[in-house]
Amino acid sequence: MKVLVAVKRVVDYNVKIRVKADQTGVDLSNVKMSMNPFDEIAVEEALRMKEAGTADEVVAISIGVQQCQETIRTALAMGADRGILVKTDEELEPLHVAKLMKAVVDEEQPGLVILGKQAIDDDCNQTGQMLAALLGWAQGTFASEIKLGDGSASVTREIDGGLQTLDLKLPMIVTTDLRLNEPRYASLPNIMKAKKKPIDEKTPEDLGVDTAPRLSTLKVQDPPQREAGVIVEDVAELVSKLRNEAGVI
Amino acid sequence: MSVLVIAEHDNAELKPATLSAVTAASQLGGDIDILVAGSGCGAVGEAAAKVAGVAKVLVADDALYANMVAEPLADLVVPLAPNYAAVLAVANTVGKNFMPRVAALLDVSQISEISAIESADTFVRPIYAGNAMATVQSSDAIKVITIRPTGFEKASAEGGSAAVESLAAAGDPGLSTFVGEELSKSERPELTAAKVIISGGRGMQSGDNFPIIEAVADQLGAAVGASRAAVDAGFVPNDYQVGQTGKVVAPELYIAVGISGAIQHLAGMKDSKVIVAINKDEEAPIFQVADFGLVADLFKAVPELEEELKKLPPA
Ligand SMILES: Cc1cc2nc3c(=O)[nH]c(=O)nc-3n(C[C@H](O)[C@H](O)[C@H](O)COP(=O)(O)OP(=O)(O)OC[C@H]3O[C@@H](n4cnc5c(N)ncnc54)[C@H](O)[C@@H]3O)c2cc1C
Repeated sequence: MKVLVAVKRVVDYNVKIRVKADQTGVDLSNVKMSMNPFDEIAVEEALRMKEAGTADEVVAISIGVQQCQETIRTALAMGADRGILVKTDEELEPLHVAKLMKAVVDEEQPGLVILGKQAIDDDCNQTGQMLAALLGWAQGTFASEIKLGDGSASVTREIDGGLQTLDLKLPMIVTTDLRLNEPRYASLPNIMKAKKKPIDEKTPEDLGVDTAPRLSTLKVQDPPQREAGVIVEDVAELVSKLRNEAGVI
Repeated sequence: MSVLVIAEHDNAELKPATLSAVTAASQLGGDIDILVAGSGCGAVGEAAAKVAGVAKVLVADDALYANMVAEPLADLVVPLAPNYAAVLAVANTVGKNFMPRVAALLDVSQISEISAIESADTFVRPIYAGNAMATVQSSDAIKVITIRPTGFEKASAEGGSAAVESLAAAGDPGLSTFVGEELSKSERPELTAAKVIISGGRGMQSGDNFPIIEAVADQLGAAVGASRAAVDAGFVPNDYQVGQTGKVVAPELYIAVGISGAIQHLAGMKDSKVIVAINKDEEAPIFQVADFGLVADLFKAVPELEEELKKLPPA
């Protein structure tokens, strides 16, 4: 089985972002970019399937600007076999990404597509579900365990009340939650090897996908700031303040 | 044009978050219909009909919808959507799962987790773990939206008298079968509905130490939450996680115990009315958002807190 994994280039999760003064967006100049953490989990899961013999090829796809190549290289250094870059400078919405990925799935015919459950920049949590819809496939979202079977897979999902297990028909989409696995680091020799692995480049035009925007961002602002409060001396003072000043207990 | 709200429920009760979705719908204008998709969910339909401001309740009562699995649920909602200007659901793990599927089948760009409505096509939503707020305008004919319940007051659960209609099930797409659920059982309130929450982090050191937090929770009638670090370490189950990728909460009082205050955690709780932090490190970032900070060893402070609360005369 071939496994396709989606990897997004996002602002590193340790970076404290700044909103631009003109409110047009978030300042991305000179900011460290990394692979979306949920996508690292997706790559790791695919690699484990390959190591277990249930997958025979792992293909990493990224959609966006030329520098997304670096994100694909990271996936290749972790152990993915080859990469696909769908190159565009347009700002894409999850719907567009899902349509582009569908076009790639139609060409590549993977048995499984694994994506992160959300990207930590736009926090949309949509692409995997949308891709499943467009393909008419089952979706195992927010997965904390995947057990591949014959023609179907059992996926355990993190839900609000606990855990839910579904039996889903293959081919299917999985989106990863935090507890699915702990992603590996790429070793130096593997980083060197990854430089020789192939990355195929395409454009939305090649794939025949219209990426005209449906949403326009009118402005981006700072959230309301909380003011730091007071440090209390001891528990008794805390309780008295909560009762008498805040009135919350 | 009217708005369709998909009810959040457990087949027995309508969940309060649905009332927040009704308020959001009322801000869009037009009639409000509620869809209750479930199994043996008649009581939920009746409860939905009583919600103030609702015009009509559609009840699709079928085993197919017992667990609100995405594939059949999306196939039920999609044919209804063209009758509406907007389809709304709560951004919980059910809504997050099926709504993007609905949006894609309608060829619409979903607007996720909105926290405010500016007009019928313009919405505010947090991005970058709530470190920025984006105002976005949608040009799609049907708006597909998930809402953050913390951004909208609850509509009144009483006072409405909507008509209840039953809706035939759509077909089974045959893609997914429900196998089972492992739900955390607790006598305490649900995290997203609780007025008071006390959460433990890595500083708790072990799940065996959570009883000191639970003892305080019992005094306050509070729900218990956790940071990702505490969940990853196996101290408590995953559904305790508060944060960017866990639950978003905004109680009257949030007590963070042994939690450093990473942006991903703050994303889930910084809209709480009053925040208390108990941490032995006075430099911990959690103190920058706390209204009341206590620099102390939690293993001493938390049992003391329980004792002080016990002594407190009733309010
Ligand atoms: C993609 C992604 C998503 C994430 N999503 C979330 C999320 O949804 N929610 C979330 O919480 N995190 C999330 N995180 C993780 C987040 O970045 C932090 O790692 C996590 O919140 C840290 O948890 P913590 O504060 O419990 O642990 P730490 O940062 O280790 O803090 C422990 C604190 O306990 C204090 N302490 C230790 N012992 C004591 C004691 N005896 N008495 C008093 N204080 C003590 C320490 O001073 C310290 O401040 C996410 C990370 C990533 C990359």
